[in-house]
Amino acid sequence: MNFGLTDEQSMIVKATKDFVENELYPYEKEVEETAFLRPELHRELKQKAIDAGLYAANMPVEVGGAGLDPVAWILYEKELGKAHYALHYNCVGRPSNILLACEGEQREKYLFPSIRGERVDCLALTEPSAGSDVRGMKTTAILQGDEFVINGTKHFISHADHADFVILFAASGEEESPRGKKKLITALLVDMGTPGFEVRPGYKNVSHRGYNNCILEFNDCRVPKSQMLGELHKGFEVANTWLSATRLQVAATCLGRAERALDLAKQWSVDRVQFGQQIGKFQGVSFKLADMALELRAAELLTLEAAWKLGQGTATDSDMAMAKLKATEMLAMVADEALQIHGGMGLMSDLPLERIWRDARIERIWDGTSEVQRHIISRSLLRPLGG
Amino acid sequence: MRKILVGIKRVVDYNVRIRVKPDNSGVVLDGVKMSVNPFDEIALEEALRIRERGEAEEIVAVSIGPDDAQQQLRTALAMGADRAILVKHDGMLEPLTVAKTLMAIVSREQPELVILGKQAIDDDNSQATQMLSALWDRPQVTCASKVEIKGNTLSVVREVDAGLETLEVDLPAVISADLRLNEPRYVKLPDIMKAKKKPLDVVEFASLNVATPGQLTATHYEPPKARAKGVMVKDVAELISALKNKGLV
Ligand SMILES: Cc1cc2nc3c(=O)[nH]c(=O)nc-3n(C[C@H](O)[C@H](O)[C@H](O)COP(=O)(O)OP(=O)(O)OC[C@H]3O[C@@H](n4cnc5c(N)ncnc54)[C@H](O)[C@@H]3O)c2cc1C
Repeated sequence: MNFGLTDEQSMIVKATKDFVENELYPYEKEVEETAFLRPELHRELKQKAIDAGLYAANMPVEVGGAGLDPVAWILYEKELGKAHYALHYNCVGRPSNILLACEGEQREKYLFPSIRGERVDCLALTEPSAGSDVRGMKTTAILQGDEFVINGTKHFISHADHADFVILFAASGEEESPRGKKKLITALLVDMGTPGFEVRPGYKNVSHRGYNNCILEFNDCRVPKSQMLGELHKGFEVANTWLSATRLQVAATCLGRAERALDLAKQWSVDRVQFGQQIGKFQGVSFKLADMALELRAAELLTLEAAWKLGQGTATDSDMAMAKLKATEMLAMVADEALQIHGGMGLMSDLPLERIWRDARIERIWDGTSEVQRHIISRSLLRPLGG
Repeated sequence: MRKILVGIKRVVDYNVRIRVKPDNSGVVLDGVKMSVNPFDEIALEEALRIRERGEAEEIVAVSIGPDDAQQQLRTALAMGADRAILVKHDGMLEPLTVAKTLMAIVSREQPELVILGKQAIDDDNSQATQMLSALWDRPQVTCASKVEIKGNTLSVVREVDAGLETLEVDLPAVISADLRLNEPRYVKLPDIMKAKKKPLDVVEFASLNVATPGQLTATHYEPPKARAKGVMVKDVAELISALKNKGLV
């Protein structure tokens, strides 16, 4: 077992870190205060990310990405995750892996332009009445002749306001199963501007200012059959093949932000003097730091192990769930304790901590809530025993 | 020009707070982040720009140091050097040994231009360029802040106390890079992966038959004294009187 980084991996970390610190950090305050990413700034930073080969680096070399192996990809995500979400996600885009399921003309129309940064994807599963219970979705896409007719509403759809098309999941039929009727789901690529498809602003959010969620409305929206991603009724198969790794992306970005919060807390612990000594000399503070570092390390090892297994082709759903669960809960703890160590100053927007603390909240909810991750883990424990 | 040789030294990263070993025999290197000497990055960037202008064909990065210096050479390859040479040497290197070793590589490679950093941020010796120039018997320009190639000559601007000085030298020559020569590019992610496939030759130091002068021995390392705490003054008048009291103005 080798826990060291290869030369390439160390270089990837450095290259990403340099970019994040020099190009993204300087704009964090502006984006946070205005809750807005200026289009000119967006364009400029995106171009720089493309020039640095950071854009879409998650994608294989054959299709124009950097071809990072899963461990290198996680290290890259960790560094990006240190920055303001609206900046790193919009400017250093990582098109959804699911686009690798594109075939034939879809590759020219969706996959390649997304990797070049010319088109942006968003992904829509969640609906007002179907969150954790994804299969309960009410949006339908019914095949009529050579066209799908789409009806329904999606909500909480991230960066749909910046996107050119949506990777949509909709119910395309039903089948009988031992546990009653079961919806069949199909994945579709739907361009913004398609008649019958409207994107509306979503809700104001305590996390991720400047990175918006939207509501998507479909009213008799028609798209040709060729817009289908994967096979008819096999939307969840496509999703399971390509999307489970996005939970590792969530985990990795949490590691980055936790490291940043810990760094701030360490520095404050030696800089801040009370009762005539550095506050880090008080056990009440220093033990917090020890626990934060410990939790961070544990989450990092779990995440890297899951990534390594992904590379070996042996990662299970439970591995991804454990990494996501641990990293997101660790970030909540580390961000909160880092803020506590800063005292009142921690709550002030002069430091990035209160933002990290607020942003941390979403991580235990999206991409499967903590409860859902625990459900996945426990199921994997009990199923083999007939549970 | 056919070939540019660039020196790449492995040094403690500039962000690391340096600590001296408890027995004062050196600085702590275990587990410490190491990087390419920043001035060497600038040297390499300049070579890359010259090549991109079509004024050079090949860039060879050379490092003298431990096996781990391959990491820094890989960075140089990822930035765009065509190939790399590591002269494997463990332990302390004095400037004349560095210059003689570079001379041995220059004799092999026959570059038209050698670009080094003006100094390494670890030992700050700033001697390799000058000594190599003497050993090679070719012109040198140190602390370059602008480089132009005009056929067989090199026009180099350097920042001196009196302003800017422009020197013209014949090629082959050796120059050293100053801080404001350029801003090194970001390493591109796909290039990092490609760097793996570029050639990196490892040469044993002993095989070069460089006579080591052994003129220097390091006897003792000590951290600089901690700065005494400052005092806050109210205004300029108080500052002046404080300086006067100390006999400083
Ligand atoms: C800002 C933001 C951006 C998002 N971006 C996207 C996006 O781009 N695309 C997209 O498709 N979705 C997106 N989502 C949706 C996100 O994935 C869902 O919010 C998440 O899956 C949870 O669904 P829900 O909010 O409807 O909560 P619910 O599913 O209603 O859950 C409510 C509570 O019940 C618990 N619960 C539910 N079922 C169980 C169970 N079986 N066992 C135990 N506890 C259970 C949950 O853990 C939770 O605590 C986003 C959400 C947010 C907030």
